[in-house]
Amino acid sequence: MSAAAPNATPRPNISFDRVSQVFTSSDGSEVVALDNASFDIGRHEFIAVLGPSGCGKSTLLRILAGLVRPTHGQVSIYGSPVDGPRDEIGIVFQKPTLLPWLNIRDNLTFPMRHKYGRVTAQEITRGEELLELVGLKEFGNKRPDELSGGMQQRAAIARALLHDPEILLMDEPFSALDALTRDELSLELLNIWTQRPKTVLFITHSIPEALLLADRILVMSARPGRVQEIIDVDLPRPRSMETLTEPRFNELANHIRRKVFSRHADH
Amino acid sequence: MSSPTTSAARSSRAMPTIKLKAQADRLAPWLALLVLLLVWEAACRLLKLPSFVLPSPSAILAATQKVGFGAWSEHIFATLRVTLMGYGLSILIGIPLAIALASSRLMSRTLYPLLVIVQSTPIVAVAPIIVVVMGAGDLPRVFITFLIAFFPIVVSCVTGLLATPEELVELSRSLGASKAREYRNIRLPYAIPHLFSALRISITLAVIGAVVAEFVAAEKGLGYFINFSTSMFQVPQAFAALMMLVVISLALFHLIGLLQKAFFPWSLPKAQH
Repeated sequence: MSAAAPNATPRPNISFDRVSQVFTSSDGSEVVALDNASFDIGRHEFIAVLGPSGCGKSTLLRILAGLVRPTHGQVSIYGSPVDGPRDEIGIVFQKPTLLPWLNIRDNLTFPMRHKYGRVTAQEITRGEELLELVGLKEFGNKRPDELSGGMQQRAAIARALLHDPEILLMDEPFSALDALTRDELSLELLNIWTQRPKTVLFITHSIPEALLLADRILVMSARPGRVQEIIDVDLPRPRSMETLTEPRFNELANHIRRKVFSRHADH
Repeated sequence: MSSPTTSAARSSRAMPTIKLKAQADRLAPWLALLVLLLVWEAACRLLKLPSFVLPSPSAILAATQKVGFGAWSEHIFATLRVTLMGYGLSILIGIPLAIALASSRLMSRTLYPLLVIVQSTPIVAVAPIIVVVMGAGDLPRVFITFLIAFFPIVVSCVTGLLATPEELVELSRSLGASKAREYRNIRLPYAIPHLFSALRISITLAVIGAVVAEFVAAEKGLGYFINFSTSMFQVPQAFAALMMLVVISLALFHLIGLLQKAFFPWSLPKAQH
């Protein structure tokens, strides 16, 4: 694959056009989960979505995944509107959500078996490659509950990559892990993304995590969920833990923190 | 952390006490049972209780021998047959019913109250009516057993089906998989641990159901035999039949656990793997 220069891709491959999502809660009142969101995501760009809980981050992801229809507006991938789940997408959830009755190897190929009723030899080979890529080569025969939380989440990432999706959606994938495992997996994700470039939408509520990973950060505010600002992360790649000590990193972090807190001060 | 050698040394020194403790652990319930039997026997002899009030263990044993192997196996087989047929029917109807209840709000709203009404009805009181309506033969007995045993299966299975993590359901939907596949590949396996706790409860209920049915209308079976024996004041042999029912219940209960361990080891709590 050609060396992707994520910041320099003008052609959007995902576009949100005035997307709103209104839910009717059980008492009949309307909740605006997402209010008029418009932005584009370039090919192989790494986008982090950052915001407090209840800001519609997950709604954004679910709309893009085709799991939820937006109330207003339209999302398109490669120019064609999203009206249901699509093959180009792989999803990693907050919890690993592996199937406890399958070993790790079978968990990786489960989506194929689930969707088509069978797994091809090619997919099995790919599963083995991915196990190696995420550092679980020796654990293919283990069941999920024999693995640590971090290892389970690696397996979930490998599972999402099995059909080689163009777009990877990650819904706070590291938030249930301890801080050390979290850093480790962030770096590993960077490594995977460099080796196999993909468009990534990464939802998080951690500012350092967003800065370490993303090309751009969508800062969102809550009630109603709004895209407040889109920040270009001009930190050089490849990034590592040293990136966290750069002055520019702190500048950006402080800027985002002010954004998030100023909104809170308004209320 | 201690080095391997020291921890090995410690464990070998600790071994004898651990072994002793484990043995005491295993023997304790049997010992308790033995003491109970001895006290029971002694009480019967010392208080000179007539056998129709409380037969002594030795009298029960004597009655067991007197009835003979052939008669016992006939009664046991009859009861087991009804129990297992009713139980099988509970599973065959209970699981699809649970799927219907879990997958459709309308179904659940319509059927659930009816199920609760059936469950709230004292089956013992309905049993004679069922026999009158359905006539003689296996059908009413199996049906009574089914009525007693199926409810826990339905309720637990629904709970299990709905306990499937929402994210996994979303994964299934994001793959564009059908509802049928979602149920077969994800929800039903997820319901297995819940289902098996219900299956264990239901098998003992099924034994009760079979006995109730045999009280009302039967010409063999342990329930029939107890009814017959007590009407003849043969209390020791009624007790013997009761003991056999207890043993059958326990054995079946245990068997369900073994089946779960054999076929779905992952569904057991981690300590029992």
